[in-house]
Amino acid sequence: MSNIGSYETRHRTFSWKLAEGELEYGKSGNYNIGYFCTDRIGELGNGTRVGLIWEGFTGEVRRYTYDDLRIHSNAFAIMLRQLGLQPGDRICIFMDRIPELYISFIGILKMGGIAQPLFSAFGEEALAMRLEDAETKAILTTRKHLGKVRRTRPSLPHLTRTIVVDAGDRPLERGEIAFSMEKAQRVENIEIAKVTPETPSVLHYTSGTTGKPKGALHVHSSIIAQHITTKWVLDLQDDEIYWCTADPGWVTGTSYGIIGPWACGVTQAVLDAGFSAHKWYAFIEKHNVTVWYSAPTAIRLLMKEGLEPVGKHNLSSLRHLVSVGEPLNAEAVIWSEKAFGRPFHDSYWQTETGSIMISNYPGMKIKPGSMGKPFPGITAAVVNPKTFEPITTAGTVGLIAIKPGWPSMFRTYWNNQETYEKKFKNGWYISGDRSSVDADGYFWFVGRDDDVINTAGHLVGPFEIESALLEHPAVAESAAVGKPDPINMEVVKAFIALKPGNQKSDDLTIDIMNFIRKKLSPLAMPQEVEYVDSLPKTRSGKIMRRLLRAKEWGEEIGDVSTLEND
Amino acid sequence: MTLDLFPLQKGGYMADDIRQLIVDYVRKEYLDEDSDQEITADTKLISGGIVDSFSMVSLKLFLEKKFLIKIPDEKATPEAFDSVNNIINLLKELVPSVKE
Repeated sequence: MSNIGSYETRHRTFSWKLAEGELEYGKSGNYNIGYFCTDRIGELGNGTRVGLIWEGFTGEVRRYTYDDLRIHSNAFAIMLRQLGLQPGDRICIFMDRIPELYISFIGILKMGGIAQPLFSAFGEEALAMRLEDAETKAILTTRKHLGKVRRTRPSLPHLTRTIVVDAGDRPLERGEIAFSMEKAQRVENIEIAKVTPETPSVLHYTSGTTGKPKGALHVHSSIIAQHITTKWVLDLQDDEIYWCTADPGWVTGTSYGIIGPWACGVTQAVLDAGFSAHKWYAFIEKHNVTVWYSAPTAIRLLMKEGLEPVGKHNLSSLRHLVSVGEPLNAEAVIWSEKAFGRPFHDSYWQTETGSIMISNYPGMKIKPGSMGKPFPGITAAVVNPKTFEPITTAGTVGLIAIKPGWPSMFRTYWNNQETYEKKFKNGWYISGDRSSVDADGYFWFVGRDDDVINTAGHLVGPFEIESALLEHPAVAESAAVGKPDPINMEVVKAFIALKPGNQKSDDLTIDIMNFIRKKLSPLAMPQEVEYVDSLPKTRSGKIMRRLLRAKEWGEEIGDVSTLEND
Repeated sequence: MTLDLFPLQKGGYMADDIRQLIVDYVRKEYLDEDSDQEITADTKLISGGIVDSFSMVSLKLFLEKKFLIKIPDEKATPEAFDSVNNIINLLKELVPSVKE
């Protein structure tokens, strides 16, 4: 029997009070996420249960019980306090998927800080931009990424503390502190920072069409939604071995790679290694993974490798599969039934929503290719893009909109309340994603309503790429758009006009690719560069990305009456 | 890094020279300039988190231009790029004159 039981019954009888009751929210007087993810599990008598199984790319395995998670996160909280960091300070975590990432996240919350995890593959410019915007006070990192941090530090006056968690005996520079979680004093209990349900907890950066990335700020009560959706959508039960493949540099990796599973007190498995079908299947087999939360891009990469590697492993432990990040195509759902004997269940949500909004649920009929139905307690609709009134005709495409008020909704964009307010129209949160709803109430994803590029489930802002491209000595002007890709849904394509004296060449293309990869991230790296004499612009001089994008997607170009140089 | 064609020697490409070329390229382009990480022909590139599937595209393009070949998408798998030695094996399939 699944946790959710009957979707229809849950939908009819749901209230957020009920969700609070499932977590005994407020019973202890403690609202801190850090408490719910560690100390409370011990209070429930499960302190000796393994909370984290970690495997590195070399095959090394480490296990941490919930008691260990409590004690180690206490050590992080104490260390941060001793360094003078205060509740409300933004503290960045910039490291690969090592145990210290997961445990320091809890430690930051326990001392009242705002955890700001960033994808460790970010280049210097992407890192600096996000640290500058958040006025981040401290950063936790490893030797591998210390060089990038050091090079950004001179431009970041607020960043006064750099904590290196694997420094060992290596010399550090002034302002850098070595901290070893394993060698730190084991402190059973600390005074966890008193927070209210509305105290800020996590700051995740996301990209938009224009301007710099925006920091979506979440609060401690987000755990109410993250906990109940973990129970009902991911269906985590007491004896589960759960694997979320997302990196905590992105919201899935914190909401469902830390908070949700640990609030449920289950065993979470983490693989700190790049993609390899063999390695992934071996990991599932070795640790008897039962519930797997992954992304369509990963599933399509596995499909590309075929059924042969699947047959070499015993994957019979798997009992529930869920996917998120981009629409899961029908072929992938059907393939997963062939490969694993069960389908992947697609789910939909965003950095701003903090938890799953629309999903396919255990026991509910899956329509392959559909995102499913709104979570109980979530009022979602497709609205007219001009009037923002709900569309009631089945199959008509509009914007996905959600009625505000769920606990994990972001509370603002950091330093950008004006943009936050623009996300709400006619009493709805407007997602920026287009979809239709069929006669049975199932949502069907269509695409973005703006120029943001969704590559492998991650949103990449074209403006950020174009700005970085302009720093390349050969580039006069550029436009970045998403082009279709069979694995990643979209990848970045750059259209580039060169400065006089520069010639297009393969050398230059590779140089430009690597330039962006190092400055921003591999996700932002153009997978293709097309050289043009000039870019299409409006009469006011604005580059018409939609024209270039439409060409890539084979779509109608639409109204070009404002085109300057047609 | 210049993309001059890889020099043909003694009627073929010498695998050890190619190994060194790719090791140097990976070290220069994919490791942080301050990194003390050692790269050998057996170092895990993809599963070891040095090169991800996105960055693989620029490495693939580098090889294609260097050896004037086209690496088919179905052969450009994470496994095939997971170490310099794996890449050499892939090149041997595509460029018959690569010799040990």
